[in-house]
Amino acid sequence: MSEVKLTYQVDGGDLVQAGEASSKMKMTLKKLGMPAEAIRKAAICMYEGEINMVIHADGGRVEVEVGLDKIVIRLIDHGPGIPDVDKAMEEGFTTAGAAARNLGFGAGMGLPNMKRYSDDMEVDTIVGVGTTVTMRVDC
Amino acid sequence: MNLREIRDILDATVFCGENSLDREVKSACASDFMSDVLAFVKNQGLLLTGMVNPQVVRTAEMMDMCCIVFVRGKQPDEVILQMARERDIVVMGCKQRLFIACGLLYSKGLAGE
Repeated sequence: MSEVKLTYQVDGGDLVQAGEASSKMKMTLKKLGMPAEAIRKAAICMYEGEINMVIHADGGRVEVEVGLDKIVIRLIDHGPGIPDVDKAMEEGFTTAGAAARNLGFGAGMGLPNMKRYSDDMEVDTIVGVGTTVTMRVDC
Repeated sequence: MNLREIRDILDATVFCGENSLDREVKSACASDFMSDVLAFVKNQGLLLTGMVNPQVVRTAEMMDMCCIVFVRGKQPDEVILQMARERDIVVMGCKQRLFIACGLLYSKGLAGE
């Protein structure tokens, strides 16, 4: 299998329906025959990222590269950026509002979960410009 | 423990997936915070929650869980049930509070890990 590239748009307007892109990616990874554990890790990483995008950045774009031995997920938004990445990585720290909490998110677990399930994660962020989170899941 | 036993122990109503009650689950997870479910679950097949919205189905989907039990008499709407059907996830509802529902299942041998 040569590398497969997937792209998803994440709509910023609807937190209730967020997760559609992660769901589609998961189905595609299954069809491609990727290992089940890697699929689950990649799906959780992207799902938390997608929720973050909708909560904080009014949506964005997700690019996924699927190779033989790894899945790379890049979440790109043009939201407000993250002023203090170290703080944002702490479990329990959140700036999310009631709308997110009402759906079971906004507990300050999103970025820590993405870090937990990826084999490598990089956060490139500029306040006022946007954030790109790149995660690699090894297969 | 299979899903039929879980239904009987909780005296639960099956909202969708009636034909899949032979499925076995070895352990369960209970939380209203979906991020906690995503953080701490490994191979649990069953999710108990008092949170009722489409993100519960998505969380179960991401974690490869095969059954959701809504506690405290909460009623999922058709949007939630349709999502669950599309993902082959069984959905039940019981009247107990979360703590009691967990206790009943745990005392009958369903593990948390």
